[in-house]
Amino acid sequence: MVTTPEDLRNATPDAADDVRLPGLGPVGWARWAWRRLTSMRTALLLLLLLAVAAVPGSVFPQRRIDPARVDTYLADHRSTGPWLDRLGAFDVYASPWFSAVYLLLFVSLVGCIVPRSRLHWRALRARPPAAPRRLERMPAYASATVDAEPEAVLAAARTALGRRRYRRADGEGSVAAERGHLAETGNLVFHVSLVALLTGIAAGSFFGYSGQVLLVEGETWANSLPRYDSFTPGRAVDADDLPPFTLTLNSLRVRFEDQVGGNQFGAPREFDADLAVTQGVGGTPRHRTMKVNRPLDVGGTRMFLVGNGYAPVFTVTDGQGNEVKSGPVPFLPQDQNYTSNGVLKLPDARPRQLGIQAFLLPTWVQTPDGRPRSIFPDATNPRVVLTAWTGDLGMDDGAAQSVYVLDTSRMTQLRQDGRPFTASLAPGESATLPDGTGTIRFDGLRRYAALDIRYDPTKFWVLAAAVLALAGLTTSLFVRRRRVWVRATLVAVGEAGTDVGEGTRTLVEVAGLSRTEDSRLGDEVRALLAAAVSGGSSGGGAGPADPPPGARKG
Amino acid sequence: MTVVVDEQMAQASNVLIYSAMLVYTGAVLAFATDLSGRGRLVAAASEPGREEVPARELVAAGGAASAGGVDAAESGRVQPAGPAGDAGDAGEPVARRQAAGIAVSLTWLAFALHLGGVVARGLSAHRPPWGNMYEFTISGAVVVTGVFLLVLLRNDLRYLGTFVVGPVLLSLGLAISVLYTQSAQLLPALQSVWLVIHVTVAFTASALFTIAFSATVLQLVQDRRERLRAADRPPRRGRFMDALPVAAELERTAYRLTAVAFPLWTFTVMAGAIWAERSWGRYWNWDPKEVWSFVIWVVYAGYLHARATRGWDGRRAAYLGLAGFACVIFNFGVVNIFFPGLHAYSGVG
Repeated sequence: MVTTPEDLRNATPDAADDVRLPGLGPVGWARWAWRRLTSMRTALLLLLLLAVAAVPGSVFPQRRIDPARVDTYLADHRSTGPWLDRLGAFDVYASPWFSAVYLLLFVSLVGCIVPRSRLHWRALRARPPAAPRRLERMPAYASATVDAEPEAVLAAARTALGRRRYRRADGEGSVAAERGHLAETGNLVFHVSLVALLTGIAAGSFFGYSGQVLLVEGETWANSLPRYDSFTPGRAVDADDLPPFTLTLNSLRVRFEDQVGGNQFGAPREFDADLAVTQGVGGTPRHRTMKVNRPLDVGGTRMFLVGNGYAPVFTVTDGQGNEVKSGPVPFLPQDQNYTSNGVLKLPDARPRQLGIQAFLLPTWVQTPDGRPRSIFPDATNPRVVLTAWTGDLGMDDGAAQSVYVLDTSRMTQLRQDGRPFTASLAPGESATLPDGTGTIRFDGLRRYAALDIRYDPTKFWVLAAAVLALAGLTTSLFVRRRRVWVRATLVAVGEAGTDVGEGTRTLVEVAGLSRTEDSRLGDEVRALLAAAVSGGSSGGGAGPADPPPGARKG
Repeated sequence: MTVVVDEQMAQASNVLIYSAMLVYTGAVLAFATDLSGRGRLVAAASEPGREEVPARELVAAGGAASAGGVDAAESGRVQPAGPAGDAGDAGEPVARRQAAGIAVSLTWLAFALHLGGVVARGLSAHRPPWGNMYEFTISGAVVVTGVFLLVLLRNDLRYLGTFVVGPVLLSLGLAISVLYTQSAQLLPALQSVWLVIHVTVAFTASALFTIAFSATVLQLVQDRRERLRAADRPPRRGRFMDALPVAAELERTAYRLTAVAFPLWTFTVMAGAIWAERSWGRYWNWDPKEVWSFVIWVVYAGYLHARATRGWDGRRAAYLGLAGFACVIFNFGVVNIFFPGLHAYSGVG
């Protein structure tokens, strides 16, 4: 939303003159709406709305974080799922209603910042306002009657105020002082920084990109669009012009907990990726290590180790004796013990296409009920358990397919002795598929690393804005903004007959007003009074304490 | 690098935690005695208008002496002298102060044992003791006690003791009975210096939110009693509440604690984002834990704004404060265990 100067003028609280507007035309309505939107109450409601609107994103699975869980949810909730999807429950933070709340909040914020900045700018240059007539009505007030001259008391008060870093303005028989404008400065810096923060995040998604890569030990990857498993570019990114570099995963070292029992047994402890990085075309490869929490930076592009798993190596020959597959196949871990599943699709197999569904059990044991399972995530006794299908893989109609799912709608499962065929293979073992459809050998096990590759040119600006916001916030909460007035007045005494001989004494009054939470305002006022009185009367000495009730000036 | 867990040290940690719980129990009892004893005293003394301490008297003790002839009054800010200020009465105050003194001493002792237990737990695995839910709870609780004791050094908030040490004791009980996890090394994602920074500040902020929450609950109770009294229906139960400061004072206490906690929480979220960037590549990914940290931040921001908005201050702002703390508890207790996400480090299961 664009803010015109006119809007701003009317957003300030002192714009009372538009009451005289003839009727409430479109402009009037706009002004009314604008003032409503920029009021503190609206900002507060929008804040609470934002908190409430953020919650569904933690309750429902989110597409941009875990699309697989969204699919599972939709499959499990066939009636409510599609409706939730339409309402944006699986894309909360990109949904129109969430965007509406935070955009309104930021418009409201801007509408609040701009007039407040102008007021603050004026206040910074203005003199502290003169002492009000009735100081005793101020939230903090203290007074004393002394013998010293008013001027001496005021001079002492000025010194004390100066020492406390107040800005002063001298009036007729009084001093006005003010301090703590830094609080409002901090407040404004905080809110401006929030706007900068959001702008930075938006710009980052515009100029940055991110992608995922799965790299098996021994393989080399080049930074170019077709080599990504998934790629999310910002709108201003030219995906054909990515900085050239290549990565080779020499090895991935993994260690799991084997010292402690209980629920910590098998928990991951260490992931280290050894890489060779070649920058530019024809550069020399350099050895680098990547860990969790220690990303790799190649010319501003950062790479993160976000996952790992096993890629069993298979060799498959078809019914005609041709080798149709030889190499590693990444499997997806399903549980903490890395029970992983994967699929081999062999479209070139003859006479008919072959599909293999397999489980990898890194530490294989046979349970009493005859079902194999893995009891530890490291590959101490790996075995692959597989079933096979033959028919049409469905890869020819052009529809995108997951590499981890076998579409068996046009395939038949291979059977042996009247039961579905299964084979359980240790490394080096092979099995002959039934009906002369081929053979499969489990050659061995490699690991793969899942990498996130990310380029975010604005993140340092976002960080700077956040740091500035924190500094502004802290200042605004802890700097006390106070106004203090000191007045010294000659009062006649002696009517009551107590001080016969002396005609006048000096009534010293100190009052304070705070714009922020200020539990020490009373102490400050009393301390200032004490300083003024003792400083002013250092020559003459203070008189008795009680001010006569009538001495309070009206 | 294989580091063996020191089982003896882990055992020592458990013994220290159990001992701390025992001493905390004593401290809670002493704090409660203090409250109930003071309730009797104020009830006895309040008839001749003691609740409204004359302003002049109050201030004469504080500010007059230095200027030799200063009379000062704080209009509109008159409160009954706080627990520390009313030493003028004979007899019962001595016994009362004894109970509070014993309570604070016991809390210090329990804090020392508790801290020892937390340190031993860390030493047993050679790392900071906050790698799983059990460790979060015992470390978080020790920070609550520590912050409370630190605040006590400067402000007399002993009346809050029961409502701060009590929850600490409860959470230790919960930790050792439900959340207990064997001492072990850290997951790779937690092996970072940011673990120390991010988690320490999060603990401190949560501790302050906790104490502020106790003050807010008391504020609402006190507020209700004040309104009943104003309607000429003096409350019959809970006379110990008479010993506590008035609702407005409790509200200010809660605000001041929250005003310290809020920037610390802001820092927690920022440090978490920096760490997330190093660990997962994104500084903000709307992970459930991030969502709830954000919700907490927004609700407390709402609380701070509400205090400055006419019609929303006082009780409504207090409800927002309670909502904020409910989010803190939810973020800690429910999100860690039941929501799948990148912060799934609870070790419970």
